[in-house]
Amino acid sequence: MSEDQIKNLRAEESLSLEAQFEARIARDEKIEPKDWMPEKYRQTHIRQMSQHAHSEIVGMLPEGNWITRAPSLRRKVALLAKVQDEAGHGLYLYSATETLGISRDEMYEQLHTGKAKYSSIFNYPTLTWADMGAIGWLVDGAAIINQVPLCNTSYGPYARAMIRVCKEESFHQRQGYEIMIKLANGTPEQKEMAQDALNRWWWPSLMMLGPTDDKSVHTAQSMKWKLKRKTNDELRQQFIDQTVPQADLIGLTIPDPDLKWNEERGSYDFGEIDWDEFWQVVKGHGPMNKARMNARVGAWERGEWVRDAAMAHAKKKNNRKQKQAV
Amino acid sequence: MNNNLYNYILGIADNSLILGQRMGELCGHGPTLETDIACTNISLDLFGQVRSYFQYAAKIAGDGRTEDDIAMLRKEREYKNVLLAEQPNTNFAYTIARQFLFDVYHLAFLSELQNSKDLTLSAIAKKCVKEVSYHERFSSDWVKRLGDGTEESHLKMQEAINDLWTYTDELFHQTESDKVMIKEGVAVDTAKLKENYYKQVSALLEEATLETPESKWFQKGGKKGVHTEHLGYLLADLQYMQRTYPNMEW
Repeated sequence: MSEDQIKNLRAEESLSLEAQFEARIARDEKIEPKDWMPEKYRQTHIRQMSQHAHSEIVGMLPEGNWITRAPSLRRKVALLAKVQDEAGHGLYLYSATETLGISRDEMYEQLHTGKAKYSSIFNYPTLTWADMGAIGWLVDGAAIINQVPLCNTSYGPYARAMIRVCKEESFHQRQGYEIMIKLANGTPEQKEMAQDALNRWWWPSLMMLGPTDDKSVHTAQSMKWKLKRKTNDELRQQFIDQTVPQADLIGLTIPDPDLKWNEERGSYDFGEIDWDEFWQVVKGHGPMNKARMNARVGAWERGEWVRDAAMAHAKKKNNRKQKQAV
Repeated sequence: MNNNLYNYILGIADNSLILGQRMGELCGHGPTLETDIACTNISLDLFGQVRSYFQYAAKIAGDGRTEDDIAMLRKEREYKNVLLAEQPNTNFAYTIARQFLFDVYHLAFLSELQNSKDLTLSAIAKKCVKEVSYHERFSSDWVKRLGDGTEESHLKMQEAINDLWTYTDELFHQTESDKVMIKEGVAVDTAKLKENYYKQVSALLEEATLETPESKWFQKGGKKGVHTEHLGYLLADLQYMQRTYPNMEW
């Protein structure tokens, strides 16, 4: 067989593998780590899953900012538990991503060098206690809308991780809303704090659901692989329709003068999102991008001697064991 | 109100409160994700314990003060934690040394407190002892890893142990209230824990290839509310919301 013939044969084989693969996804079968998968599927999943893991880890910072200052012991314990959940999500999402053939260290490297992204929402500062409420209510609320469909995504380890993540996120969302209820029903100062937090977090939360469909580069392929089941615009509308009545219920005002119920569509119409701001933050120039990365890189660098020590100790221990065995 | 019992509870609870606050500072900044989770978890356990103690203390005070009032609205001189608990997270070795030197004490203390004649304290101790035995295992393991790791980690770990050693003796000091409560069978006679504490600590340091400091110069004062300069800043964070927005519910 000539080289060309071999190449053609391989291409055919590969094509048929790919066809089989797509058919499995269409039948709603899960793809597992040892199964054959197209390189693009692998890379897309590494990108999305590691981005998700990074978001959990960077997301610990804005909330971690209020642990030492939480207003009551009950709130402090709940906040600690929540941030710890996020660390846990990061841990199993990194592990799930490792099944695709990339190490956690490599993923960190991508995060630290800016090659990998994380959710832009965490590049906004947490200025008051009410921000803990707003993040739980709005940011986790938007995250759930994004993530629930992923419980049925095609890649098995991701889908299974998401089932657990979503359960905890829904608890976080209620916890955040409960903080807001308490503030909204509190003193004028507390209510003002809650409204101010809603004003600052509302638009970034809408941006969290991604660029509009006509600007979104990944949607079509992601839909096919069940990494996405609804478009960004559909998800955003769902988030708005779900959240506006919640704000009404506790007497807070959504900071959008164009927000209006549209009887015909059975949905809210809403104002123009400032996409210039969105792209500015995505491109690394938001209020906290540099600070968040400095915190992550700083923790990693300060921890190097600790990780080295743990490795050296494990090696010594192992050597001693082997010597004893001899 | 039983002042001695109230003071005794505060003495125990303030250690967990202040150490919990220190461990909480590390959230999101640990050397690995796993240690980050562990440190946050220890903080979470400690604050859980604090709530049990202060809820009990509030009941004893019976003057309308809540667990949060007791935790967050006292003046600096009214906090009774040992000086060790308030020492800062200078680096991971200091965090581990502080935790280890406290955990060995804490575990022995809670084991004894389970036998308290005060049924509430005994019940709290039974719950806490399980958590703290995990803390002790975590911090001991890390003392070994860092002590018997690399040359750099060995030096750092030894330095942290040397620096914090001066705060260990205070763990066994007894206030007047402690003494009354010991007589009544409520409190743990900490003097009896001391010998074993130093034996246990030395044995583990040896296993970690570290030296047990020989210095006999010890610091004290925390139990009487005379603290190091570090505590004021820690309290500024802890109390910020309660001070800025008094008399509100959260």
